[in-house]
Order: sequence, then structure tokens, then C-alpha cells
Amino acid sequence: MKRRTALKLAAASLVAGSLAIGTAQAGDTVKIGAVAPKTGPLAGGSTVTHWPNIHLWVHEVNARGGLKLKDGRKKIELIEYDDQTNPGVHIKAAQRLATQDKVDFIVAPYGTGFNLASAPIYAKHGYPQIAVSAISDKIPELTKRYPGIFFTLGSTTSFASAVSDILSKMRADGKMGGRIAMVNVADAFGIELAETARPIFKKAGFEIVYDKSYPLGTQDLSPIMKGAKASKPDAFVAWSYPPDTFGLTKQAITQNLDVKAFYTAVATCFPAYGKVFGKSIEGNLGAGGVDPTTPAMKAYRKAHMEVTGKPADGWASANTYVSLQVLEQAIEGVGSVDRKAVTQYIKDNTFKTIMGDINFVDQVSHRFWTVGQWQGGEFYGVASKGMPNAKPVILKKGWK
Amino acid sequence: MTSREIRTLVIAVILFGLAALLPFSGNGYFISIGVTIAMYVVLSTSWALFSGPTHYISLATAAFYGLGTMIVATGIETVPYVVLLLISAVAGALMAALVGLATLRLSGVYFVIFTLGLAEMIRQLVSWLQNNLGGSRGLYVLTDLTEDHIYWELLALAAFVFLIGWWIGRSRLGFAMRIIGNDETVAAHCGINTARSKIMLFMVSGMVAALVGALLAPRWTYIEPNIAFSPLLSFEVVIMALLGGTKRLWGPLVGVVPFTILLEVIEANYPSQTILVLGIAFLLIVYLVPHGVVGRLEQSFAKFRRGGN
Repeated sequence: MKRRTALKLAAASLVAGSLAIGTAQAGDTVKIGAVAPKTGPLAGGSTVTHWPNIHLWVHEVNARGGLKLKDGRKKIELIEYDDQTNPGVHIKAAQRLATQDKVDFIVAPYGTGFNLASAPIYAKHGYPQIAVSAISDKIPELTKRYPGIFFTLGSTTSFASAVSDILSKMRADGKMGGRIAMVNVADAFGIELAETARPIFKKAGFEIVYDKSYPLGTQDLSPIMKGAKASKPDAFVAWSYPPDTFGLTKQAITQNLDVKAFYTAVATCFPAYGKVFGKSIEGNLGAGGVDPTTPAMKAYRKAHMEVTGKPADGWASANTYVSLQVLEQAIEGVGSVDRKAVTQYIKDNTFKTIMGDINFVDQVSHRFWTVGQWQGGEFYGVASKGMPNAKPVILKKGWK
Repeated sequence: MTSREIRTLVIAVILFGLAALLPFSGNGYFISIGVTIAMYVVLSTSWALFSGPTHYISLATAAFYGLGTMIVATGIETVPYVVLLLISAVAGALMAALVGLATLRLSGVYFVIFTLGLAEMIRQLVSWLQNNLGGSRGLYVLTDLTEDHIYWELLALAAFVFLIGWWIGRSRLGFAMRIIGNDETVAAHCGINTARSKIMLFMVSGMVAALVGALLAPRWTYIEPNIAFSPLLSFEVVIMALLGGTKRLWGPLVGVVPFTILLEVIEANYPSQTILVLGIAFLLIVYLVPHGVVGRLEQSFAKFRRGGN
């Protein structure tokens, strides 16, 4: 009998709990929702790049007294959900934010797949979606389909051609030959980049002397590195994910791969990468980049460290923060939480951010870093679209 | 048909009719929960069709599901969607037949291990094909299908699965399955071709799971193999079916609905401790509802009848 009562009680409280969602009162705050991985395969990236910036931004806006609207300042109330790196869970959570919590705005998700899976929901409810961690070669088609989506981090082609441009210049300057060893992780992003890069490298006159892939989650990357080394390349390029970026670098050090340029893609810009490998990664190239010398950037990185207790990474951390600055300025520019007006405001205006002035042409921002390089313990942007102060590229000189 | 069967049929039709009205509520949140429930109902019911009577625990759901998803993602730009659905169904059934031929002669545990590895194997195979045959960048499934459409499609598939299940229950095949489940040696002695019967049922199960994957592909828009072949899915389906009970056709249904709602409540209220709270909920379920929801319900019915007399 007691057990049944307990069961009933549990059931009742569950029902009550589910009904309680959405009954919170609106009015004196601006409700902002966020769904992104806190667990699952993408959590490693989102807890470095995505979540800390949301927390930092909300903290700063509220410390200022809130968002400046026509009817006074309003603080931000943040509602966050974990999508467990599962698109089904993500869609449910985004729907919950839109229809139950009735949030005023939603921070764009983390990851290409999640931004695309939830885009129909944003479009239906008229939320502006300033995507950061979404890199696609279908941008024109997607922006046409979803009038509220904005892209800020570029396309696969821009990343591949930036690497090719850097290598071409080094070759033209007589600093290296034309042999490239290219490897890629056999998963969506890695495959896409390798496919894009192949014709670009060939067109630039490079010879791809080694071209291999490895499955996602490969533990032992030494055969890959051995093969690359045996092909005697002048440059090594890996379209890699975080675990293999670390793995390949470790193998390159162990086997003392002798190249003039060494490039690994995602996570090369992570603070942990610098910490783990120290001085041996001097001259390593990677996806992303940042100009840490501007006063705005310095202030941002300091605040990031102080508020979240973690350092910002050398790439999309800043872009994520910029996307929130754009949202903030658009809301304040309109002076209300009218989503349609805010979306239009984003399309029509230029925003002052920590990365300089940002504006959108056909819903795409053309200012972002594409390649960065470790120089003297800091990850600097060396190639970009529209960013000033790119550092000159240096040659990779051994691993000591 | 007996009058009892007619009554059950009428009730089932009414329930399906009511369920089909959900999208008219216009509430995207309820529809997205509806899609989730419909998806798990179809998957766990078709899973129980095979695993219920035979006691072969299959962890291959993700393999079939992912196969259907990848077929749609690969072909959507060149082949009509309806044709892709047919291809997925046929491919799912064929794969089930191959797997069945290779493994169903083995007993229990080998089968479990093999099916667990299957999803991973297919995922690697798909990645390898994409990587080496080229031409396939990130796979986009851009259609005009909304969650409403996907919900109705899944509901129709659910109706189909229930009809098949009902038909199998009445057929020689169903009878054979029950004997196999009780004692496979006895079944063989009775002249039942046990391997063939099992493979046929496994094909139905595989076909349905592949079809679910194909129907859901437009929901994700951007398909990556590691999401299409999520091993978690196989386990969720098994847990939900067992929570409901596999002895009745409607058993998984009464497992899926409370389980999904429970998950939803946990995800909504404990965004940072979802997995932890989920674990505690599992422990409580095992402790409080050891025989599944069906077992609970039947116990209550029995008590009610005794009380009535």
C-alpha cells in the first residue's frame, strides 16, 4: 500500500513538474534560451567555446543593469538545456524554449548539424539565429530557406583555400617545395574539407604525395604519421577533429616529422593544445585564429578568464561572443523584444564588436579568421577574410 | 473475427484517430514530443515482434535505423523521396535476412554481441564508402516536410506494425514463434523450420526500423554517420519495450509513453544533471515496476475483478 502511495506521489509530482514549465512570469526580464551539448561527443568543444561565452555575456549584461529597452533596463533570464549531442533531444528542447518557456530569443546552437536541425523551429517562431559553430558550403541555399539565419564563421571552401594560399606564398617565396601530405578524419567535416581541398591544392600546383584518412576515434595514429613521413612532404595538412589533432601532433613530435608547414584543423587553437605541447608546437598552423593584441580583445580575454575561470580559445570563442554582442545591440537598437524587427535590424546595421565592425551581406558576415599559428606561446591569426593585423607566417623549424 | 476482436479493433481505430489530431493543436512542443513517442512506439513494437516471442535480444535497431537515414541522405537530391522509402525498407529487410542467416542459428548471447557490433560496423562502412568513393560531402536533406508530416507518417507506420503484429499473432508463424520461444528443440522436433521462421520475423523488424530512419531523415536536415548510427538508440528501444512488457502487442506502447514523458520532465528540470537523474529513475523503475507496466496493469485488473466479485 505504501509503495503504491509513493508511486502515486511520484507520478503526481512529475505531472506537476511538467506543467510548471512555462508558467514562469514574463515582464521584468528578457528571457533568453540556450540549447547545446553539456554531455556527449561534442561537449568537449562546446564547454570550451560555447557555454562560457553565454555565461560571460549574460553576466556582463546583467552587471550593466540589463538590456536597454524602450521601457527601461531589463535583466536577462537565461534558460539552458543540455541536448546531449543528440539532435532529437535538441529539437525537443528548442521547441520547449519556443512554446513552453516562451523565451524572447534563443542563442544559436553549437555544431553544424544542430544549427540545421533546429533552423525550421527558429524560422517558424521568427527567432534570429546567429550561427557560429556552423560551417557549410550550402550557405546561399540555407539563407534563402531560413530568413532569420546568419552565418559568421565562413565556408569549407574558405578554410581550404586559406591553407592553400599560405602554402602557395611560402612556395613562391622559395621557402618550401610543392609536396603536400594530406590526411583527414573520415567523418562529415573532415571528409568535406578533404574533398574541397584536393582540387584547390592541385589547381595551385601542389603535388599531393600522401592522401589517407582514418576513422573517427582512431587511437593509434602512428602508421598514418609514418606513411606521411615516408612520402617526404614539404607540408603536412590534417583535416582533423580534437582528439586526432592532439594525436597527430604527438606522433609528429615522436617521429620528428621534418616539414616546413604543419597544419591540423579543429582544436589546434584550444588553450589546452598549447599547454600540453609547450614549446614544441612553435610554428604549428591550425584552423581559426585571433588577434589578441587589440585592446577590445585583451579586455574580452581577461573577462573570460575572470568570469568563467577558463581561458578563451584562439578561434570561435571570440566569434561566439561577437554573435551575442550583435544580438544585444540589435535588441537595444530596436528597443523591444520584437523578433521580426530585431532580425531586420541585424540585416540592416553594422555592429561594434570585440572583432571590430561586423555587418551581414545576404545574412553572411565576411569577417573571420581562417588560419592561425602558434608563435611564442600564443595562437595568432595569420590569414582571414576581412580582418586586419594578420601576423606574418613563420616557418616550422623542428619540434625542439 | 470474434466480437471481442471487433471491439479491440474499434478501440484501436478510435485511439489512432485521436492521436492523428495532435498536429492540429498547433503546439510545436507537443508535436515534437509526439514525433518522439511515435518513433519509439514503432521501433520498440517492431523490436518486440521479434524479440518478444524468441527472447533474442537484438541491439541492431541503430544499424537498421541508420541504414534508412543514410539511404535517404545519399539519394535525396536525385531520387524521389517515396522511392527512397521503398529502397530503405527493402534494404533493411535484406540486411536483416543476411544478419539472420549468419547469426540466428547461434544461441542467445552471440546474437546480442553481434547485433551490438553491427551498427558500428555499418557506420564505419558508410564512412569508408563516403571517403573513398567521394562525391559525398556533408549530407543535407532539405525537404518541405514538417514535423506534422513526419508525425503522421510515423503514425501510419505504427498502424501498419500493429496490423502485422496482430496478423502474426494469429498466423502459423506466430504460433511457431511461441513454441520456439518456449523451447527451440521441441519446436524443431515438431517440424518447424526454426531458422526460417526467425529470419522472417527479424526481416519485418529490420524493415520497419530502416523505414523509421528514412522517415526521420528530413527532421535532422544534416546527416552525419555518427548521429545516424547512435548506439544509444538500440538500448533505449530495448529498455522501453521491456519497461512496457513484450508479451502483449500493446506492451511496448505503455512503456514508451511514460518513459518519454519521464525523460522529458527530467531533461526540462535538470538540464545539468540529466544523466544522473535518469540513472536514479531507472533504479526506481526496476524496484517499483519489476514486471513492466503491462504486468502492473494486469495485476491491478485481476485485483479489481476479484474485488468486483
